[in-house]
Amino acid sequence: MGMVVSFWILAAVGIIAALGVVLLRNVFRAALSLILCFLIVAGLYVTLSADFLAAVQILVYVGAISVLIILAIMMTREVAQGSPNSRFQIPAFIVAILFLEVLVLTLINTPWPVSSMPPTAPTTAALANSLFGEGGYLLSVEIAAVLLLSAILGAVVLAREK
Amino acid sequence: MNLALFIPEITLLVIAAIVILLDLFIEQKRWLAQVSISGLVIAGGVTIAMWGGSYPAIFNNMLAVDNFAIFFKMLFLGIAFLVILSSTDYVSKFSKFQGEYYALVLLATLGMMLMAATTNLIAIYIALELTSISLYALVGFLKDKKSTEASLKYLLLGAVASAVLLYGMALIFGFTGKTQLGEIAQVIQSLPPMTLLASPGLLLGIVLLVAGFGFKIAAVPFQMWVPDVYEGAPTPITAYLSVASKAAGFAVILRVFFSAFGLPVWLSLNWGLIFAALAAISMTVGNIIAIPQANIKRMLGYSSIAQAGYLMVGLAAMGMASAENILGQSGVLFFLASYAFTNMGAFIAIIAISNKLNSDLIEDYSGMGKRAPLLALALTLCLISLIGMPPAAGFMAKFYIFNAAIQNGLLWLVIIAVINSVVSAYYYLRVVKVMWLGEAASAEKVPSSGALRLALLLCCIGVLLLGVIPGYAIRLAQLAANIFAY
Repeated sequence: MGMVVSFWILAAVGIIAALGVVLLRNVFRAALSLILCFLIVAGLYVTLSADFLAAVQILVYVGAISVLIILAIMMTREVAQGSPNSRFQIPAFIVAILFLEVLVLTLINTPWPVSSMPPTAPTTAALANSLFGEGGYLLSVEIAAVLLLSAILGAVVLAREK
Repeated sequence: MNLALFIPEITLLVIAAIVILLDLFIEQKRWLAQVSISGLVIAGGVTIAMWGGSYPAIFNNMLAVDNFAIFFKMLFLGIAFLVILSSTDYVSKFSKFQGEYYALVLLATLGMMLMAATTNLIAIYIALELTSISLYALVGFLKDKKSTEASLKYLLLGAVASAVLLYGMALIFGFTGKTQLGEIAQVIQSLPPMTLLASPGLLLGIVLLVAGFGFKIAAVPFQMWVPDVYEGAPTPITAYLSVASKAAGFAVILRVFFSAFGLPVWLSLNWGLIFAALAAISMTVGNIIAIPQANIKRMLGYSSIAQAGYLMVGLAAMGMASAENILGQSGVLFFLASYAFTNMGAFIAIIAISNKLNSDLIEDYSGMGKRAPLLALALTLCLISLIGMPPAAGFMAKFYIFNAAIQNGLLWLVIIAVINSVVSAYYYLRVVKVMWLGEAASAEKVPSSGALRLALLLCCIGVLLLGVIPGYAIRLAQLAANIFAY
């Protein structure tokens, strides 16, 4: 019961925070709203018994990414003016609402298979096994390493002077 | 696990690392291209040696080593070989980052090879990101205004497409509880038809997958990035994008849709129809917008959208076909091979010409027949192949794929495609007319380097071989597509 209540509270606050990211004029406030949104998602992970994922979410998103965003905003002038009006505002709104409707209808009408097994706790060891152990996702981990190399190369090339 | 089957990928990665490190120490930067090419040749040799063998999948069944994967690996390695050959002049003008350029090309190739071989949704996604991120950086490599804008647009739209793709994968995982393509197919086939019909979650997942992959192959309506990115990117990278990135997208679509959603029949009929509709729209929109283009890179951008449309005719045929009929699949493979030679050839000719002219405007190509007869001849051959006229490869490819579509009851789509081919002749032939009949602005010859000429020669030989004696290549495509026969 407690889980259900906390889920709905987190969900409501999460939606408000997400709306804030899009609707707030001041870019800095939008960024803070985004950080709140990240935190809420971490909370949702906790209600789903994904403890490791929640910790990573806080470390990476709430910690690192938000600092990065705020630093980027500090280097931007005219923060308070925010994003200019766009002629696509109304069409984008309509498309977003339609997409939301499709998603909600789909999620409600599909008979999702639900596992009857109790959740694993703590998940860290199990995750490590499925990433690196027998029958695991080792290939994906390896490609992710190459992906990072490629991202670093790209960042160096694009950021440094010609 | 047999790591020997992973040698081509490991070779590319090692060579990429060597190129980055060598760049720090050596003065003669042209060695970088030669090291990269030798890596591609080694990887290609090992890959060819694996052809035809029946090897078990490696990495816990996540990486297939079948003829289909090997066919695409050969294709990507070949394209990367041509791209690096045609980049040498271009890159030698850079004052910095020559090693990074070649390394990123190799890493993107590695990503595409993995895309064609992985059989797990998670690995497919990460391989696709590896390809995309390397390409984002390569598109912005010139760092002038146009190139930066192109890179930013590609990055932003690509990120949206990745998100859509990931959402689709999440829905499919949520519905089936599996990420392995074969296991997804088992779950779907074990469910009673009524449950599937009453499960919009799975169908929405499939639609989102089509959208995410549609971005990679530049199908309408996911094509908005194409013209600006093609125009702004360094021309060898534009060629790479238009050929290899598209082929990688088709490789993933073929594998995912056939392995995971090939049965039950009504499901494959449904996605077959989606691809048929996308094919019709892509061909028509691509061809019509290509007509007024003044910049040849933009024109080829729209033409590549139209070509994606013709290729999707093959996907539609595959969706409509019964299990033992693999004409659609092998048609797509053969079309991709011939398109690779054709479009690479066209872009290499453009690279050679724009090296001299510093312009990509079609009107500046006036009189090129007199200034550079061989280049103009090669470009003409490639454009004729893009229209789909004999004796070039494009004719056989279109013939093959349209035949597959007609056999599977898609006559209406083939009629649209043929009308489109006629329309496309207008803008392709306009370039030919300007080159051969226009007045030359100056009598100056257009020089080209040995590497460019070699690359162009290889492409032209490929176009003619596939057009005149296609039997061997068709046999290869059929063998590669055989993994799709039950």
